[in-house]
Amino acid sequence: MSSGSYIKRPNRPLQVYAAIFLVVLYVPVLFLPLFSFNDSIYVKFPLSGFTTKWYFELWDRAPVWNALENSLKVGFVVATLSTFLGIFAAKAITRYEIPGRGPLVSFIMLPLVVPLIIFGVALLVLLSQLGIPLSLYTVTVGHLIICLPFAIATLIPRFEGFDQSIEEASADLGENAWWTFWRVTFPMVAPGVLASLMLTFTVSFDEFIMAFFLSGTEPTLPMYIWSQLRFPQEFPSVLALASLILAVSFLMVFLGQWINRGAYTDAAKGK
Amino acid sequence: MSDQSVYNHSTDNTSPPAIGWLRRRLYKSEKFRAFSLLSPTILFMGFAILAPFGILVAMSFWTQSGFSFDTTLTVANYQKAAERPIYGALLQRSLWISGITTVATVILCYPMAYFVAFHVHRNKMMWIVLMTLPFWTSYLLRVFAWKVVLGYEGVINSALISVGLIDAPLEFLLYSQSAVIITLAHAWAAFAILPLYVSLEKIDRSLLEAATDLGDGPMMRFFRVTLPLSLPGVISASLLIFIPTTGDYITPTLLGGPDGSMIGMLIQKQFGAINNWPMGAALSIILMLCIAGISALFILLTMFVRKRIS
Repeated sequence: MSSGSYIKRPNRPLQVYAAIFLVVLYVPVLFLPLFSFNDSIYVKFPLSGFTTKWYFELWDRAPVWNALENSLKVGFVVATLSTFLGIFAAKAITRYEIPGRGPLVSFIMLPLVVPLIIFGVALLVLLSQLGIPLSLYTVTVGHLIICLPFAIATLIPRFEGFDQSIEEASADLGENAWWTFWRVTFPMVAPGVLASLMLTFTVSFDEFIMAFFLSGTEPTLPMYIWSQLRFPQEFPSVLALASLILAVSFLMVFLGQWINRGAYTDAAKGK
Repeated sequence: MSDQSVYNHSTDNTSPPAIGWLRRRLYKSEKFRAFSLLSPTILFMGFAILAPFGILVAMSFWTQSGFSFDTTLTVANYQKAAERPIYGALLQRSLWISGITTVATVILCYPMAYFVAFHVHRNKMMWIVLMTLPFWTSYLLRVFAWKVVLGYEGVINSALISVGLIDAPLEFLLYSQSAVIITLAHAWAAFAILPLYVSLEKIDRSLLEAATDLGDGPMMRFFRVTLPLSLPGVISASLLIFIPTTGDYITPTLLGGPDGSMIGMLIQKQFGAINNWPMGAALSIILMLCIAGISALFILLTMFVRKRIS
């Protein structure tokens, strides 16, 4: 007990470092909402006064609504498909002995590491050679490639976390595999499924590079922001739009992680 | 379970043998079941990863002629990439920038991961969520935020001027290599923290106690026990940052200026303004080969070092 205490002794310099770290992590992002309420088209100190006019200006812009609609469409489809595929994949990976499981999982996780620009370019080349025109569908495929690894990584701890004997009990009591899944497994992993839906939606909603290469005439919201960055006079309304997107993303991700917070502790207990 | 085997028997009698065989395989073979669950994902990912890269490799041996491609195989693109100094210089600079970014991020994130692994006892999950939360939000917007902070009339410059510390804006802040490195390090911090944290969390605490009992001070204990044991985390953190940042496009475009432009921008230009797709494909392949080569070298080196230590 006493020999362990020196590790547990609070370390003042490290605490200070951690506090500074978090401040540096969050403060740059917070300048976006700060200046979006500033009554000046110049983004600089000193602040000139409080206004919400940039937000109201945003409200009247048709292209923003249009881009929002495109992003929502892609996001919903991507979140649903990647989570749906992710559930089966995560179950297979955690429940069964699969030959070559390690390499297989690394292969599926590959899109997380390969520079996205190469992925975007490669897909663009493939689509053009196949003669498929660029559209929101091609953006959806691109986002699916990025989001599927995220969905699987979110779901695996959930599947690892609960006691397998519950599934066996259900089978012993006469349920077939299909109903065992829907009445036992699915409710147990539901928080993970919800978290996966929210995280993959956010990733797709915020993604830029794939959309940049793969979208045709219909821009997504990040594409719209990119196109507006060239015009200095549009800066404040871009700030307002960026603040709204950031607020929604933070909320979604936080809720997703919070719903799923039990997964890691459950997984630790299960082992 | 017994129910299912009874069911199996009855179907065997009525249905043709081939279907009965398939059913039996489905119920009995775990591998078969696993692969049927995994198959949609594997098929999709297999096609979505291998097909584009296959055609990318093929295209890198083609040449552009007007608005179409000359599909006779030639290494002209690679030759051009080797001969013209601009390609090599940009590639070298990209590798240099992300190398510095990697080192800086891992060093800056290590104490943070160490703090959460060893000194946070309650609400660990909360800390991890807090540290990784920004990573999930829009990369474009986080880079945009740095443009606001570092800009010519941005947060830092205008704040320093209005306080009276400087008279004219500091020009080196925006459109420079340092701006790119700062932004990349900030944006990819979560990728470093998670593997570092996992490897530190795994360390058996009794080893640290043993080191102390045997007379090591805190410094020696860290360098002789904690750091070597967390090396796998350091390696994966380094690779997870180095590989994606080398090809980054958004950050150098928004913050790099002429001094901080990177290979990703050139690749994009080949597919956009310059309109030489085969050259762009060749550059992508070269970039991937460089990344793979350096990563392999790095892994070998750390394996060698670890062998020497232990």
